[in-house]
Order: sequence, then C-alpha cells, then structure tokens
Amino acid sequence: MKKLLAAATLALSVSTSGHAFAEPLKIGMITTLSGGGAGLGIDTRDGFMLAIKNSGNKDVTVVTEDDAQKPELAVQIADKMIQSNQVDILTGIVWSNLLMAVAPSAVAQGKFYVSTNAAPAALAGANCNKLYFNAAYQNDNLHEAMGEYANKSYKKMFILAPNYPAGKDSLTGFKRYYKGELASEVYTQVGQTDYAAEIAQMRASGADGIFVFLPGGMGIAFMKQFAQSGVKIPVMGPGFSFSQDVLPAIGDAALGAKASGQWAPDFDNEASKKFLADFQKEYGRLPSIYAVQAYDAAQLILSAAGKASVKDADAFGAELRKADIKSPRGKFTFNTNQHPIQDIYLTEVVKQNGVLTNKTVEKIFTDHKDAYAKDCKI
Amino acid sequence: MREAMIVTRENLINLILAALLLAVPIGANWLGQPFYITLATRVAILALAATGLNLALGLGGLVSFGHAAFFGLGGYVAGILASHGFSGEPLLFGFSGTNQMWVIWPVAVVLSGLVGLAIGAISLRTSGVYFIMITLAFAQMVYYFAVSWPAYGGEDGLSILVRNQFPGVMTMRPMSFFLICYVILLVSIGLFALIRASRFGSALQATRQNEVRVATVGIQPYRIRLTAFVISAMITGLAGALFADLNRFVSPSMLSWHMSGELIVLIILGGTGRLFGPLAGAALYVAFEYALGGITERWQFFLGLILLLVVLFARGGLLGLLAGRARHG
Amino acid sequence: MTFALALEQLLNGLQLGVMLFLMAAGLTLIFGVMGLINLAHGSLYMVGAFACAVVAAWTGSFWIGLVASLACAAAAGAVVELLVIRKLYDRDHLDQVLATFALILMFSEGTRWLFGSFPLYLDIPPLLQGALPLPGGTEYPVYRLAIIAAGAVVAFGLYMLISRTRLGMRIRAGESDREMIGALGVDIRTLYTVVFALGAALAGLAGALVGALQSVQVGMGEPVLILAFVVIVIGGIGSIKGALLGALLVGVTDTMGRFLLPKILALFVPPAQAGMIGGAAASMLIYIVMALILAVKPRGLFPAAHA
Repeated sequence: MKKLLAAATLALSVSTSGHAFAEPLKIGMITTLSGGGAGLGIDTRDGFMLAIKNSGNKDVTVVTEDDAQKPELAVQIADKMIQSNQVDILTGIVWSNLLMAVAPSAVAQGKFYVSTNAAPAALAGANCNKLYFNAAYQNDNLHEAMGEYANKSYKKMFILAPNYPAGKDSLTGFKRYYKGELASEVYTQVGQTDYAAEIAQMRASGADGIFVFLPGGMGIAFMKQFAQSGVKIPVMGPGFSFSQDVLPAIGDAALGAKASGQWAPDFDNEASKKFLADFQKEYGRLPSIYAVQAYDAAQLILSAAGKASVKDADAFGAELRKADIKSPRGKFTFNTNQHPIQDIYLTEVVKQNGVLTNKTVEKIFTDHKDAYAKDCKI
Repeated sequence: MREAMIVTRENLINLILAALLLAVPIGANWLGQPFYITLATRVAILALAATGLNLALGLGGLVSFGHAAFFGLGGYVAGILASHGFSGEPLLFGFSGTNQMWVIWPVAVVLSGLVGLAIGAISLRTSGVYFIMITLAFAQMVYYFAVSWPAYGGEDGLSILVRNQFPGVMTMRPMSFFLICYVILLVSIGLFALIRASRFGSALQATRQNEVRVATVGIQPYRIRLTAFVISAMITGLAGALFADLNRFVSPSMLSWHMSGELIVLIILGGTGRLFGPLAGAALYVAFEYALGGITERWQFFLGLILLLVVLFARGGLLGLLAGRARHG
Repeated sequence: MTFALALEQLLNGLQLGVMLFLMAAGLTLIFGVMGLINLAHGSLYMVGAFACAVVAAWTGSFWIGLVASLACAAAAGAVVELLVIRKLYDRDHLDQVLATFALILMFSEGTRWLFGSFPLYLDIPPLLQGALPLPGGTEYPVYRLAIIAAGAVVAFGLYMLISRTRLGMRIRAGESDREMIGALGVDIRTLYTVVFALGAALAGLAGALVGALQSVQVGMGEPVLILAFVVIVIGGIGSIKGALLGALLVGVTDTMGRFLLPKILALFVPPAQAGMIGGAAASMLIYIVMALILAVKPRGLFPAAHA
C-alpha cells in the first residue's frame, strides 16, 4: 500500500435512499501531476477528491498516480492498477492521446472508464463502449458552440488550431455550425510558443473575427502576443483557452475574450455555489472547468456506488447512465453514447475583485448533443 | 568467441542477470501478480532497444542521440500493419496489413534498416558533437512528421486493439508475450557477442580507438561504421515493434528526444559496450522509475540525481561496479 | 501577398533569430572554450524566466526582474559549474550528454517544487507596450523591436568583450589551445566558471525576454534548446559568428516556412489539407536545411579552430 501515491478512505454518511451497497469500490486515477500540463491534472485530482470527501463514503478508495503526460507511462500505470491494485474504475486522464492509449484496452478488460476531460471522437461514435462514460463533453462540443455563436455577428472568420487530432476536431466542429466565409484556416505546430507569423497573417487577412483553439501554454503565449500586436479583431475560443488554470498567466490581455463553456464560476444554482465555496475553502483558489468535470465524474461514480455492485457491470452501468447527480453545471443527462447532453453558454473574461474570471453572457445551445451518437450502437 | 567461453566474473554476473529476468515473471506468475510480468517484459524490450544502440555507441563509439527514430518506426510498423489488418483497408499494392508478428518483425527490421542507411549515410560524414546533433535533428524530423501526419492518429497515436498474433502462442497472456521478448533479447545479445568477436567487430572497435590506423591498413572506417549503424537501427526497430505490442499503442512520444536520451541512459547505467550492460541498465532504470514513482511525486528529480551520481562517480555503470573494469575499451 | 506582410514576417524571423542567438552564443562559447556539450542550457533559460517573473511580481518592475534574471541564471550557472560541470571537462561527450540530461530532470522538477505547476504571469513593461506603425501601412509590436535591438546590443557587446578585453583574450586563447593557456599561468578554473556563468546569464536573459511574450512554465527551455543546437551546428560549433548567422538563418527559414509553405501548397490541394500538410512540412523544414548543410559542410558554415 505504500506504493500508492495517494489513497483516500473516508467516513461513510448515512445513505438517503434506503438500502445502500456497502461494498468496497476502488478507483484508479491516472492524471498529469508533473510536467508542463500538470496544472490541469492537479485541478482534476482536486475536483475529484473534493466530491469524494464531501460524500463521506468510506467504501470508496482512490489510488492516484502521475502519468507525466506520457502515453507509455499511462499504459504502464493502467496495467498496474488493473493487474496489481485491482481497481474497478479508471478515471482522470486529461489528454486525448493518453486516453486513446488507456481507455480502449481498459474497457476490453472489463473495467469502467469515466472520463473527466478527454473525449475523442473515436470513442463517441461506432467505437463507443458500454463501460466507457464521459462526464465532461465530447471534444467537438465547445467548438461547435463557438461556430454557432460566430454566425450571429461575424461574416469572415480566421480559424487556428494546433496540427494534431484534437486541433483538427476543433476546427471541424467549428465549421460544422459556422455558416459564414473563412478568411483562412491555419494549423500550427504542437507546443509552438511564438505566434508572430500567424498574427501577421491575421492582420492581413481582412477577417472580422478570430477563433483559436490553443490549450495550455500555447494559449497563454498567443493571447499575450496578440494583445501587443495592435491587431483589433475580436478573439474567441473554446472554454479551455481561457480557463482558470491559464487566466492568471495571460493577465489582462485576456479581458473581453469570448469563449464557450458548460460552466462558469458565476452560475446561479445551489450545486455550483456549494462547489465553488467548498473548492475555495479546501484549496484556496478558483476551480477551473477541469475541476468541475472531475467533480461531476466523482459524483457520478458515487451515485452508482450506492445502488449497484460494480461487479455487476450492467446494473452499475445502468445506474451511471441515470446521472442522478447535482451538477454545478445545472442540467446533466447522458446521451445514448454515454456522453453528456448539456447546455453550453457563451462566457466573457472579466476582472472581479482583481481576479480574472469568466462571466456568463448568454446560452448558445440548449440540451446540446454531439454529432457521433447516431453511430453508437450500445 | 574463445574469450566468451572463459568463465569470468562478468560472465557469471551476466548469467545471473539473465536468470533473474526469467525468474521474476515466473515468480510473479506463481504469486498471481501479473503486473510484474509486464514490468519484466518492459525491461526485456528496453534492453533489446539499448542492445541495438550499444552496437553503435558501445562498440563503434557512435553517440547516436536519435535512436528513438528507429524505436518509433518499429512501433509504427506494428501499429499501422495491425490497424490495416483490423480494418481490411489496403495499405500498398493490395496488401492490407496483418496481425502476424512473424510478418511485422521483418518489415520493422527492414524498414528501420533502410531509414538507418539513409540517416547514417549523411550523419556519418560528421563526427563528435556534430554526429550527436545531426542524429538528434533527424529524429526530430521524424517526430514532427509523425505528430503532424493525420492518417495514423498524429499526436494522439494509434491503438492496437488486440495484441498481434504469433503462431502457436497466446500473445495476450502476459507470460507468453514475455517469453517471446525474452527469447528475442537473448538471441540479439548472442548476435551482439558474435559481432563483437568477429573481424568486423574488431575493425569497428578499432575505428573507435584509432581511426587513422584503421584507414592505413586499408579498411574504410565509413563503411564499417555505416554497417554497424544500420544493424543497430534494425535491432532497435524490432524492439520498437515489440514495445508497441506490449502497450498495445504507439504514439510520437516513442520518437521523442527524451526516448533517445533514455536509451543512452540505459546503456551508461548498465555499463557502456558491455554485453549485458543494456539489460542491467534497463532493469535498474525500470526499477528506479517504479520504486521512486511509488514513493514521491518528485521522482524525476531523484532519478536525475541518481543518474548524475552514476556519471560522476560510477563510471563503469552497474556492471562496472559488480564485475570490475571492462576488458575492452 | 503584400509588401507589408512580407516585411512583418521578415521582422518576425529576425526576432526569433535574435532570441536563438542569445541561447546559441552561450552554448557555442561553452563548447568552444571548455569543449563541453551542455543540454541543461535550456534549464538556465527557464531559471531566467522564472526569476524575472517572480521578482517582477514581487517588486512590480519588469526591469528589476530582468536584472534578477541575469543574476539568478549566472549564479545558477556558476553553482552548477562548480558542483558538476567541472568534473566533466575531461570526460567524453557521452558522459557530458548524460550528466546534463540528468540536470534537466533535476532543474525541471526542482522548479516545479519551488513554484508549483501553474504557469507564472510576466507582462511586458509599460514602456514597451503597444505597436508602432511600419512602412506599408501595418503595425509592429514595440516589444519585439526591443528584443531585436537587445540582441544586436548583446552581439556587439560579445564581439567587443572577446576582441578587446583581457577576459576575451583568455577566451580566445582557451579556444585555440586549452593546455597552453593553463601553462601560461592563467587561472583556468576561474576562467571556466566565468565563461559558464556568462553563457548562463545570456540564456537567462533570453528566457526573461521571451517569458514576457509567452508563458513562463516548466519545460519551456527544451524546444528552444533543440533549436539552439540546430543553430550552432549549422553555424559551426564554437564560432560566435556562426551562431549569429545560423540563428538568423534558422529564425527566418522557420518563420517564412510556416508562412509560405501552406500558401504554396494551397495552389495544388484544398486549403484545409494544405494547412495541415504545409504545417507538417514547415515544422520539419529547419531540420531538413540542417541536414542539407551538414551533408555539404560536415562541420558547419564557419568551422571553429579545433571543434
């Protein structure tokens, strides 16, 4: 047991719904706790553990390990967790490429996988699986929302993403809903840190709007450089471009940027307020969207754990599918491919009490479903 | 060959190492801890890759900082052939891939050899630091190509849904797959010993020690080195194909410069130029990674510290510590 | 394509080149004088950026941060030289590669230990905010122009240092004959520490300057490090002049490749595909250029005396 990076065993509260399963449940969390992407993994872990702690369910054990954002390492840890720690459910992976290395083989070995973030199209359509759930979204969703939003006030968009599958999915998702003209469609190198060449093209393109999908450090670099360039075209992107993990590093350059998201800290519902207060009390910072997604993933698992045995995959899966949780996002249900059906909002970066954060502007999609569910035969 | 027959302390240690690598998974199997079989398989495959590099680096003194290119190439051969075999889409000339290891391995070996020939032919015109850097640059070229090329998953990599098959063996069983890798590792180490003892091997080691003298006796160092580099690339490529099957997944990170660095680390940890150096190094490295990863989130810091101490104070690597100074080199 | 756009891209290439020069100059100096190949140079770049971000946040002044970045990187360089690098001069390149690879792991994880996993904030100083009009009706960020200017000043300063001062004389002597300079009674150990700290300070300066433009985070030094190696190999290892020209060549080639290749391809294939394939080709371009140059001139464009 000393090999476990973090193990949590917590007190059981009296269950509300009659007969509860007091059966031990072991969750393996593989996430990125070192390297450049560690901020996302730490928020994932913290959001997840917050829900576990709040539940007080002491039958649930969580084993956490760091994948260092390396697919091989993630596979090795998954093997270990399945073979050696005998976990029932895997979760926590941030990146699509790591998820593609781990999830298909985990479900093939009869384990549940509940994704807290990564949601590649490959697992949402024909290759969906009854043991694979996604508590976050489908990768395309937030990009589709921005495409829909752009229709309203923009006629000529300049769109840009890194040259890797999630980047291509992003621009495909955007174009699926955007009806106007494209000034240019640019793919940049993964991990690129200087966008001077692309900003010059934007200036010369005659575009009236810019859509960028640049997660993590790439987005920070782009926004700072864009702010200095003197180019005055409005910038928009999916939520992760301006999420709480990168906003402090971008600084005021992010002010006014429009993004799409399933949650923002100003959401006016009980669950959201409680989550926000609890998270700030526990960790002393604002949660990012990754934390919310992980919080919901943990809530989902806990909701099923009270009612069915994880050894009975059909019964446990059926409980998960009910999505009987109080999500900070408000409404939350599962589609046939076990990806969320949820509302997606337009947010804007603002400064409140000296802290940069996202404010909700309007609703873009109501009960949005992804484009791949129709190919999924569960 | 004659000197390999003599029972030296090093040979004894080699024998123990080989036996240990076999004993760990058998014990794990018996105790019902299949994860340690996976770990041992990982050791065997990394040792195989490093044995390939050891031929160029240890015997020939060619510090290739780009062997990840061959490792990843082998991996992609396994991944691409398997994905076509699974989907039935034709790949080339009506050939639609396969999930048979005995087809995949030769393809991986030949392709790695050809790419090794191209990279080696240009890189070996340079020497010293230039050679280190140009091999790194070639590997980066392959890396960026794999990241940006959309057909086979790019950055996301490519999953092999079912491990490839070998006639008469249940490859999905961890023990069976381990034995396949183990046998290949021993064969390759044997090949390494043969090469080292051959006239070619002597010439190769001579080019490392004194290039001018080799040239004056009428041997062209360039050809000798190129041949060694190509064989080295082939072995590392084969290891890559096995690694892809172990993880049932291949991605550009197999091609990254960190991977090249790790392969060098394995050799130095074990003992440069030694027959079982790569195995000793791989075993030590995987054990560090596993043990430190279990103790602290900061394991990379301590891994760095240990590596640094080895370079500064334990120059012969693990085998150097155990078996004394190398006889050659 | 207009004149204004071409000019802007050329400046972008120049700015990238200048930044690479700051990195490459230190690397090539260290190799030229001590014969050492230092993979951990990117970590010193990271140290500079973190020092600048932390001190700037603390004092509210970018300029104090910049001074701190020079001081911290130089100090880190000197400490590393005294504790580790010193033992590596007589070793072969293999040991040097491995030891400095180990240093990268320690620096990266150590930095995360101290500063956490989230990127730090570092903004451009108010004096250099905004953009200037350029001929052709476009605008260009003042800060990038300042980086180009800073690079030019450093290049000139290095030239003066090496050709006109006593320290420079020793460096030149060290480059041409390492044993001789020791025999002449120069305190060679101090010289090595000073040269290493100087190279580290240059890397730290580059890190701080660039940190204001992008994100200050762990691992930021590695992509730059590899580009800097490409630069010094193209230029000829050990040659400052080669580093300068190599840096400008790599900077301009990379920027122009990213800009032009997709456009050229778009003449033949649909735009989305042209973007993807062009992007892939552009990211390989500088490595192809490097391979071509080394195939023709195996020791780079300006081979130094003994490398």
